[in-house]
Amino acid sequence: MSEQNEKNMLGKKISRREMLKITGIGSAGIVIGASGLPGILNAFGANPFVDDDDTAVNKIKFYGGHQSGIATPIPEHVYFVSLKCKAKTKQELKEMFQLWTNQSAELMNGRFVEPLSDNKLMPPADTGEAKGLDASHLTLTFGVGPSLFENEAYGLAHKKPKELKDLPHFPMDQLDPQYVGGDICIQSCADDPQVAFHAVRNLIRSARGKVTMLWAQTGFNSYPKSKNKKKETPRNLFAFKDGTENPHVDKPQDMNDVVWIQPGESKGWLAGGTYLVARRIQMHLETWDRTALQEQEATFGRHRDSGAPLGKTGEFEAMELDRKENDELVVPEDSHVFLAKQVKDRILRRSFSYSDGINPKTGAFDAGLLFLSFQKHPKQFINIQNSFGKEDKLNEYITHRGSALFACFPGVKKGSYLGAELFQ
Amino acid sequence: MKKVVKITSLVLLSSSLLVGCGGNESTDEAAATEESQQTEGTETQQAAILEEEANTYKEFAMEQLDQFVLETEQFVEAVKAGDVEKAKELYAPARMYFERSEPIAESFGDLDPRIDARLADLEAEGQEENWSGYHKIEYGLWEEGTTEGYDETADQLLNDVKELRAKVETVEVSPDLMITGAVDLLNEVSTSKITGEEEIFSHTDLYDFKANVEGAEKIFEIFKAKLQEKDTELVGTLEENFATLNDLLAQYEDGNGGYVSYEELTDEDTKALSTAVDELGEPLSQMAVVVE
Ligand code: HEM
Repeated sequence: MSEQNEKNMLGKKISRREMLKITGIGSAGIVIGASGLPGILNAFGANPFVDDDDTAVNKIKFYGGHQSGIATPIPEHVYFVSLKCKAKTKQELKEMFQLWTNQSAELMNGRFVEPLSDNKLMPPADTGEAKGLDASHLTLTFGVGPSLFENEAYGLAHKKPKELKDLPHFPMDQLDPQYVGGDICIQSCADDPQVAFHAVRNLIRSARGKVTMLWAQTGFNSYPKSKNKKKETPRNLFAFKDGTENPHVDKPQDMNDVVWIQPGESKGWLAGGTYLVARRIQMHLETWDRTALQEQEATFGRHRDSGAPLGKTGEFEAMELDRKENDELVVPEDSHVFLAKQVKDRILRRSFSYSDGINPKTGAFDAGLLFLSFQKHPKQFINIQNSFGKEDKLNEYITHRGSALFACFPGVKKGSYLGAELFQ
Repeated sequence: MKKVVKITSLVLLSSSLLVGCGGNESTDEAAATEESQQTEGTETQQAAILEEEANTYKEFAMEQLDQFVLETEQFVEAVKAGDVEKAKELYAPARMYFERSEPIAESFGDLDPRIDARLADLEAEGQEENWSGYHKIEYGLWEEGTTEGYDETADQLLNDVKELRAKVETVEVSPDLMITGAVDLLNEVSTSKITGEEEIFSHTDLYDFKANVEGAEKIFEIFKAKLQEKDTELVGTLEENFATLNDLLAQYEDGNGGYVSYEELTDEDTKALSTAVDELGEPLSQMAVVVE
């Protein structure tokens, strides 16, 4: 994280917030000397934006056809936060996303969210804990939940796609209201936990009064390095490789089929966007740890160490569900993978493990999976989850505690802002 | 106790901290450079401009502390007369004068703890022997239900309060004291009032809460005209957020000019208050544009 080239205009640094106001991207509240205005407009252009800095180290692009943090490689850390929106008008909401757009681009460049002011009586404009750290492959992904459209003050009801509604109750759900829903989400991923946290912290800070935090969850993934330095599939806390069978993020066809909403498939503002399902799933480590290896493997239908389908040796060998040995299916009918494959639907899983200390009631680990998946329609997730239903052998070892659905905007074009298609 | 030290050092800082970024916008870079070379001149100018505000604030603080002396006198009288009920009645309202002017009252590192230390602060330092002041009497009134054995503490309290009032004359009030003070008043609320740790025996935390907010609002009021010139939007936001917080607090008025016991508040209630305080604190910390 480095300090920006100081915007030393008119002998004083201008904060991003002020800049937005002055040039009319923000609200028109500020009065500025008439003589000062043209100079500033010339300097920043009528529509100033923070560009991607391609020279930044370990940087992922902010601008593009799709938001980052979906098709980009899964880094080691996530800070996921669900927010309640308190903005009073659609205009306020829009301005918040405009501010977040520039701040996100700056953060993903590995820089301070705002240049620091000379005024030492002011709190620093950036909270500062990422100073000295590079961009760390930071990605920021924004989505909106069904409840946002129900707020009449925004007049967005007619833009709500009919599939954007709370996920149905599933047979084994034991949701804790503390981890359910939200008007807006921010998924912040990075290879460094402090960089991920710093980004969310500053975005929330600059929007204080317009949003409050409902719930948040951190998570991690660890990548063993294979001999050829290629990243291996990370293991979840049950020690199984998680993410083996997933759409190929670098194959446009796969992504267009499974993840990216195509024009005409939903409301127009969502073209290029996608749906994010977040489930906070508790994993009962204590029970798992007293389960025989054979049972563990039968639970998923894969071998633990290699990640290979049962009876095979390579992680990426094909899963043949109808294969039999001694007249019995090799991959059990109640295994997680078997059931997942009973429906045609596919999803892009991008989950992280979490460990949150101890459950005060039971004294057991409070640990599990922050399950995150992306799909062009929520029913893809719903169909798979319903296929698991009460059957999934995995149910003995897990409990779904949190749930939320968000529609993620398409990517941001240079000069535009997050959610422009929805708010304009 | 730690906070006291911090504030004291701030008071001693002169206004040289003020950063001159001239109020007059100039159009070309040449003028800009010139302006920055003249920072020193601008500084003095700024300090002079805000002198009026600083004086107004000092007057306010002195009025509050005058009243604090009077109310403490009555409180001490009740304690020494053994009138537990009367003393309980006077306790929280009297303290409000102190809480409102805390940025100034706190500038005296030794007096503040003598008047306002909580048992927990002293315990942490193994100093509970030296406990004195309002909270010690609070303990007697609410925990023990008596004033017996507190005569000496009461006399000492009145002396300390009078000394505080006298010393305030000497405080040099600067804009940075005011700006930092306003934010600190809210920080006080966030860290000890919200948790009910200030008044652990009497549960009259909402009185202190309200007084801290009033103290911060007073500073805002004093700066308002100047602030209006620098950032109208900030003024609007602050007015709105003060109103929101005050409305929330008004829900807990007891109908007799006071506030309900802090124990009556649910987790939901305190969360709403805490959010309102944070939402006010963030723009309040931007009030420093007033010196630019
Ligand atoms: C704590 C909960 C969960 C754990 C520990 C878990 C673990 C696993 C593991 C180890 C695999 C096999 C390796 C792989 O292909 O990635 C897998 C596959 C899969 N899981 Fe899960 N999973 C969980 C929850 C879910 C949920 C909630 C869904 C969606 C509703 C889901 C959908 C899938 C899918 C679609 C596959 C790929 C199946 C295939 O081979 O086609 N999982 N999961």
